[in-house]
Amino acid sequence: MTRLFEYAPAPESRSIVDVAPSYGLFVDGEFVDGSGAPFKTINPATEEVLSEVATGTAEDVDRAVRAARRAFTRLWGPMRPADRGKYLFRIARLLQERAREFAVLESLDNGKPIRESRDVDVPLAAAHFLYHAGWADKLDWAGLGPGPKPLGVAGQVIPWNFPLLMLAWKVAPALATGNTVVLKPAETTPLTALLFAEVCRQADLPPGVVNIVTGAGDTGRAVVGHADVDKVAFTGSTEVGRSIARAVAGTRKKLTLELGGKAANIVFDDAPIDQAVEGIVQGIFFNQGHVCCAGSRLLVQENVHDEVIASLQRRIGTLRLGDPLDKNTDIGAINSHLQLERIRQLADIGEAEGANRWQPACDLPERGFWFPPTVFTDVSPAHRIARDEVFGPVLSVLTFRTPDEAVAKANNTTYGLSAGIWTEKGSRILAIADRLRAGVVWANCFNEFDPTSPFGGYKQSGYGREGGRHGLAAYLKGATE
Amino acid sequence: MSTDRLAVRKTYKLYVNGAFPRSESGRIYEVTDAKGAFLANAAWASRKDARDAVVAARAASAKWSGATAYNRGQVLYRVAEVMEGRHAQFCDEVAAGEGLSSSKARAAVDAAIDRWVWYAGWTDKLGAVLGGSNPVAGPYFDFSVPEPTGVVAILAPQRSSLLGLVSVLAPVLAGGSTAVVVTSKARPLPAVTLGEVLATSDVPGGVVNVLTGDAGEIGPWLAEHDDVDGIDLTGAPAGQAMELERLAAGGIKRVVRPPAEEPDWSADPGLSRLTPFLETKTVWHPMGL
Repeated sequence: MTRLFEYAPAPESRSIVDVAPSYGLFVDGEFVDGSGAPFKTINPATEEVLSEVATGTAEDVDRAVRAARRAFTRLWGPMRPADRGKYLFRIARLLQERAREFAVLESLDNGKPIRESRDVDVPLAAAHFLYHAGWADKLDWAGLGPGPKPLGVAGQVIPWNFPLLMLAWKVAPALATGNTVVLKPAETTPLTALLFAEVCRQADLPPGVVNIVTGAGDTGRAVVGHADVDKVAFTGSTEVGRSIARAVAGTRKKLTLELGGKAANIVFDDAPIDQAVEGIVQGIFFNQGHVCCAGSRLLVQENVHDEVIASLQRRIGTLRLGDPLDKNTDIGAINSHLQLERIRQLADIGEAEGANRWQPACDLPERGFWFPPTVFTDVSPAHRIARDEVFGPVLSVLTFRTPDEAVAKANNTTYGLSAGIWTEKGSRILAIADRLRAGVVWANCFNEFDPTSPFGGYKQSGYGREGGRHGLAAYLKGATE
Repeated sequence: MSTDRLAVRKTYKLYVNGAFPRSESGRIYEVTDAKGAFLANAAWASRKDARDAVVAARAASAKWSGATAYNRGQVLYRVAEVMEGRHAQFCDEVAAGEGLSSSKARAAVDAAIDRWVWYAGWTDKLGAVLGGSNPVAGPYFDFSVPEPTGVVAILAPQRSSLLGLVSVLAPVLAGGSTAVVVTSKARPLPAVTLGEVLATSDVPGGVVNVLTGDAGEIGPWLAEHDDVDGIDLTGAPAGQAMELERLAAGGIKRVVRPPAEEPDWSADPGLSRLTPFLETKTVWHPMGL
């Protein structure tokens, strides 16, 4: 493809990070061997093997839970809350100090553009620890009932789309409220969690407070199913969320779920089109669309449809896809071969069901997992690509005529995680936001996150909130939220 | 007082969509007092009755959840007002069903009425207490508000037939959700009378639907019903709660698990029954000139 102005490569150096040839589990403050067969984690942009990582078995998980229980009972639970807070401040500072290293490692292991890992994932992860550090000795003022008490041991299972950030969303509130943690990172992106273990050591965090057990689904099931876990927190697919909700049924375990989404991004005819197009791009192509709250259904008012689509296609034509470590890259690699197959399959179904596929002229690298930014027009609400979460850079465009129709179509989904509204009319923003059944509504913006701002779903997108005062309730006994 | 007048007895029916139907199944069961003496035949609600009730609760949801908090509060207060006028009837039914002395029955009825007053006062405070603005690190105004979950199925307590029932129902309504209630199986009569109170208290039809019968029989249908958003298992039969929670997991329903044993309902309720059926919505908007 020829461009008027071509960009010279501007790769971030990977020399800042040392990836060890193999990693163990982080249990009770030490790296230990796992009992299962180790697995390889690869760079999805090149298919190069980055490292070999231990698989935690049920026995390993049991060892981790026992370490977490000991740490909770003897140390972390009884510790002065202000001191717990200071440990979190330390962790936040260490993350800031080592930000470049984390960003490069995240892009290597996950495939996301360095621009995003550097400017979003890592700074937000540090911000989550800073925010929660301050809560540790102020829980009595959180309005969650008198004398809030920690639950005990939290078992946490996180996804591969924001590996370090999801770790921060889980670990920071758990520790601030006095719980200890056994965390299982996703099997395709374990490396930043293991680097985080090193941060815990540098912070002199007492052994057993944070335990990291790597592995795949079986390891996750062992964490969720362990009898001595008091709290289960999961971010991932609705399908797995359902099975976890079944697994904890009838137990004492407190459960929070942050699951899938199929967000509507609604563009009214009075919206500033250029801004809206930026928001549409940010909504669906941020992180290759591997975002549970991605704005994957564009609802555009019929009379501006052609104008919006033309402008959107022009803008997508300027997106640069390629080396995640290149500072000019907008769209990185799809995280895994499995995910790529799922995206391809759903896109093919979209075409087979009669929607129009549009992709820019775009060279894909020969090695690695890639999918070009894709827009489907003429999508009907019954199409699979309008109902199923693709979790990739695939936008489905539907139209509406009236605000009522926009709301009806937006809410016509089993999900309810997020939504977007683009209009210049303030009263319309508030009226539409009020009627959308979604946990996060971005008006004239999209995919903004902050530790002070509660995040989580309605309906089958899950329950419980992460962030803000609300997020603390998930980790406190009898907390009224 | 003359004793030669033959009393006019009440037919106890279901309360669904603002009307008082019999069970479509035609089934009834005998309700007795604590000593085993016949009190009445109650309608024995079926799966179909439960589904009709869910349809009614869903249809009523938009109006009830969209009512202003000020209005909802007054409607709930009105329930207390109308209950007060039926005080003696509630006392008789509670005393007979639960085998309480008249003074204990009176205390339970008093507390049940006062509970409506407590929740009536909450409707327009929830936004301030549970929501607020979030100081995000950027040029955005960001705020969070509590919103109703939608349609909530309630398996009411089996022992406390009125105070327990009001304690689980009123918070769901205060938060703006609509309800399908399965009453205490053995002590359903105060619930039916409460239905009559609701029907004359400005609570729109369908907002509360009262099913007398067996929570163990109807519970599974409600737990897996795709149009039910949350379920309170407080009155679930012992040994069945886990199965019901598993069924509810299919639709990622919000679940309130049953307590190990039925609590003392006279205790201060706090917020713990309001928040499980509220969702937090967070709205972002950029600030700029």
